[in-house]
This record gives sequence, C-alpha cells and structure tokens, in this order.
Amino acid sequence: MEIDPFIFRLSIFILSIFIGYYVVWSVTPSLHTPLMSVTNAISSVIIVGAIIAGLAGNSDTIFNTSSIFGFLAISLAAVNIFGGFLVTQRMLAMYKKKKKDK
Amino acid sequence: MLSANLSAIFYLISGVLFILALRGLSSPETSRQGNFFGILGMAIAVTVTFLSIGNFSTGFVVVLIFFLIGGLIGAFIAYKIPMTAMPELVAGFHSLVGLSAVFVAIAAFLNPEAFNLGSPGNIKLGSLIEMSIGAAVGAITFSGSIIAFLKLQGIMSGSPITFKGQHPLNALILISIIVITYLLCSTQSSNLFWILLCISFLIGFLLIIPIGGADMPVVISMLNSYSGWAAAGIGFTLENTALIITGALVGSSGAILSYIMCKGMNRSFFNVILGGFGATDQSASEQNKEQRPVKSGNADDAAFLMKNASSVIIVPGYGMAVAQAQHALREMVDTLKKNDIKVSYAIHPVAGRMPGHMNVLLAEANVPYDEVFELEEINNDFANADVAFVIGANDVTNPVAKTDPQSPIYGMPVLDVEKCKSVLFVKRSLSPGYAGIDNDLFYKENTLMLFADAKKMTEDITKNL
Repeated sequence: MEIDPFIFRLSIFILSIFIGYYVVWSVTPSLHTPLMSVTNAISSVIIVGAIIAGLAGNSDTIFNTSSIFGFLAISLAAVNIFGGFLVTQRMLAMYKKKKKDK
Repeated sequence: MLSANLSAIFYLISGVLFILALRGLSSPETSRQGNFFGILGMAIAVTVTFLSIGNFSTGFVVVLIFFLIGGLIGAFIAYKIPMTAMPELVAGFHSLVGLSAVFVAIAAFLNPEAFNLGSPGNIKLGSLIEMSIGAAVGAITFSGSIIAFLKLQGIMSGSPITFKGQHPLNALILISIIVITYLLCSTQSSNLFWILLCISFLIGFLLIIPIGGADMPVVISMLNSYSGWAAAGIGFTLENTALIITGALVGSSGAILSYIMCKGMNRSFFNVILGGFGATDQSASEQNKEQRPVKSGNADDAAFLMKNASSVIIVPGYGMAVAQAQHALREMVDTLKKNDIKVSYAIHPVAGRMPGHMNVLLAEANVPYDEVFELEEINNDFANADVAFVIGANDVTNPVAKTDPQSPIYGMPVLDVEKCKSVLFVKRSLSPGYAGIDNDLFYKENTLMLFADAKKMTEDITKNL
C-alpha cells in the first residue's frame, strides 16, 4: 500500500520540532529578544500562501474575494518580513564585545 | 515555470536556512550571519513561489505593489522604533502573522482550486481540517496579540481583568471551537467557517485580558509559539515544506521561551494563563507595612558609597526601561570604571516585559555583552560585591522568595542582592511590585533607598562621583 504524502509532511513537521527544540535551547539568553523578532520574521514565510492566493485570479478578474484576501495577507506578511529582519539586524548590530584597549 | 519537485527542493533549502538563522543566535558573533541566512531563506521562498506560478501578468504587478507597500511600512517601523518599545513591536508583529494566516485560510477556503485542494463546498477533508486549525490558531494569535500590544503600550490597563465565570466561559468556547471544526468538516458549510473564525477571535481576546503586565514575557512567548503553529497549519494545507519547517521551529521556540519565563517565576504555565498573580492574599501583608523604618538617601550618599567600593553589580528591571535610564546608567558606569571599580550587570530571566528585554536595552546603551550576566552566572558574586545598584527591579530581588513559604513568590529564583555589603535601591516609592507583596530588602540594615526617577537619580549620582 502506498504511503499518504501527508505522512511525509508530518514526519518533516515532527522532526523540525525536535530541531527547533535543540537549536533554541542553545540560543544565549541575552539574544532572546532578537530570537523572538527573527522567528517572527521567518514565520511570515506564510506569504508564500498569500502570493498563491493573490495570483489565483485570471487576467480578467484580478480582484475576486479570494485574491483580495491574498493581497491583504501579502501586505501584512511583508510588513513582518521587512520589519522583523531589519529590526533584528538593528538589534544585533548593537551587541558589542568589550574593547580591549581601554 | 518551475517544476513542482524543483520548487519543493528550494522550499526545503529555505527551511534549512531558517534553521541556520536560529542556530546563529547561539552567540552574538554568529548572530548577524544567522540573520543574513534568514533573509536569504525568505528571498528564496518568495522568488520560488513567483517562478512556480509563472504568472507575470497584471496580477503580478498588483502583488508586487502590495508587497512593496507592506515592506516599506515594515522597514519604516523597524528604523523608527525605540528599543524600549520592543515588546509592543513584537506583540504587534505577532498579530500580523496571525491575521495573515487567517487571510490565507480564508482565501484557500473561498478558492480551493488555486491551491489544488478540491472545489468550493467539496474541499479535501484533510486540507479542510488543516485549514481550520491554521485559521483558528491564527485568529487566536491575532486577537491575543492585539490585547498584549494594547496592554504593553499602556492603552489598556496592565492589571488583570477578571470576571465571574471566566474560566467556564473560556472552556465552553474552546469546546465549541472543536465541535464547530468537526461540523465544518462534515458539512463544508461556509457559515460555520465564519463562526469558527469569530469565536477564535473572541477566545484569543478572552484568554489574554486576565493576564497582568509583568506576566507579559510569558504571554509574548506563548503568542510567538501560536503564530508558529498557525503557520504550520497553513503549511500543511499548502503542502509547503518551508512553511511546515518554519512553523515547527517558531512553535517550539516560543514554547521553550514560555517555559523559561515560567521557570523564572517558579509558576506553572497554567497558573500564568489562568491569570491573577498575587490577587489572593494581598491584604495580609498590607497591615504591618508602614511601621518599619527605612533608610533613605540622596545622590550624594549613593555616590559616596560607590566611590569607595571596589566592585558594583547593577540589577536593572522594567523600571529602567520605563524611565529610559539605560544611557544615563551607562554613563554612570563609565565614570565608575574610570575610578577602577569593577562593574557587572545581573539580569533576572523575567526582568522587563519580554525575554531578553534588558539585554537589548543595555546593548543599545553600548554596554558590552560580556559584562552582562544571567542569574545563575552571577548570583554567587553578590556575596563578594560591595554595592548592588538596583534600578527599576523589585520582585526579582525579594529575599522573601527564599524564606517565607507563605509568600506568593516563594520558590521563585531571585537575585541574592541582600548579600552585598550595601544595597542601593532606586525606586519612586515604597509601593510593592507586581506580585503585590512588600520587599523585605527595603528594610534591611544595609539598604539605602533612593527615592527618585531612575534616570534623574542616575544622572545625579554621576555628577557627584
């Protein structure tokens, strides 16, 4: 009998939870705020679904109810992608080591 | 147009890049590279999506326009936001992830053909379940984060809002979510889908209002986790590996942070979620409060104590963030260092309003991160230090947590501030902290209270050094 592709996705999901578990425990506590902002940014990869929804209409009807929700989701996710990565960048740039010559 | 297999490989690559992005955060040196991996992963995912659809007509332009509008807003916020507002920002961003998950779920429900999920009214059962879960969790994340945002921003009172029958009501709504999901899957009715969304918004709102301000670190971490599970739910619907991997990563990341925060307060997760910390026996400690003598001093006394010290440990808390005192603090420390006084910083896990809040603020004020220590690393050093300078922290220094089993914070790990030769406590009044209990530290022989605004006091001390 063939295995349902869902099982493969479930396997990826479960294994990723374990990866996440070990990777996040190794994050240094002083970087927990950047961790939150970067996880925020990467979870906006949901934009992939929004783009599919936005481009689903044919050339005559670009705007139907479904694609409008797609467009809105694209904007929301884009705020997060740019905002999340840039603010993380800004924060990480501030973490400096002690200057030796002091 | 990219083949389905090839794009799946690219999605896998971007998932791996996201793992590397989190991995980079294990130390500040590798963190910037990690963030770059994250950006790369995102760029790959977005590009591959466009290529695999292969539709570059007018629709593509519209998509780009919406993308750029969002991107510009996001970039603008990222550059403008002050570091002290980081908790609000993160809560706000969570709400956006939640809402976009809801929108994608709605779009997929209305137009399942675009996602290969069947036709309207006849969506594949598995996809419909995944979609409902993604939509419900997304909706909870959205409304919950909005409440968290309002509370952090001060638009809504930070004190817990409780009413009679709250828990039974919440339980009832949670059960009805499950029932409606079941009915939705068996009838495919769009009305049920909208009802599901509405009650999910409602429960997100109801779950967060009873939780008070200082428990926000747990709430933000929890919502972080939810936004991940919502993304994962949508990822299953779209059969997209990047989204599934990311959802799992973010979900477990948020869960671990909530766990760390709960442990920092010695409370169970459910205890925090059910709300009302310290609301129980506030009156008991109220009576014998006023009589005890307190030593209070001014900036001059504080400067004198610190000048004669050889090592000083600084304990920052939420009050420092409120007073925006981190830069003034850094200047004071610079002056101390010029006098060859050893200075280090002690950070309690739940100091501030989100995980790592204090570390970011100190980093902003150019404090080198190797002078900043976590509770376990530094707690033994208090006994050897001359002065502890507590600025804007309260409950996390309360020795009652170690001595009084009756206290609501008993068992919570606290900084052993009282072991220092002398303690300087910057605070505006003797009022109790978030837990609603008196801090024994105020009345200790070796404690000098400095009643003033944290920023002003720090500046005054610097002048007197």
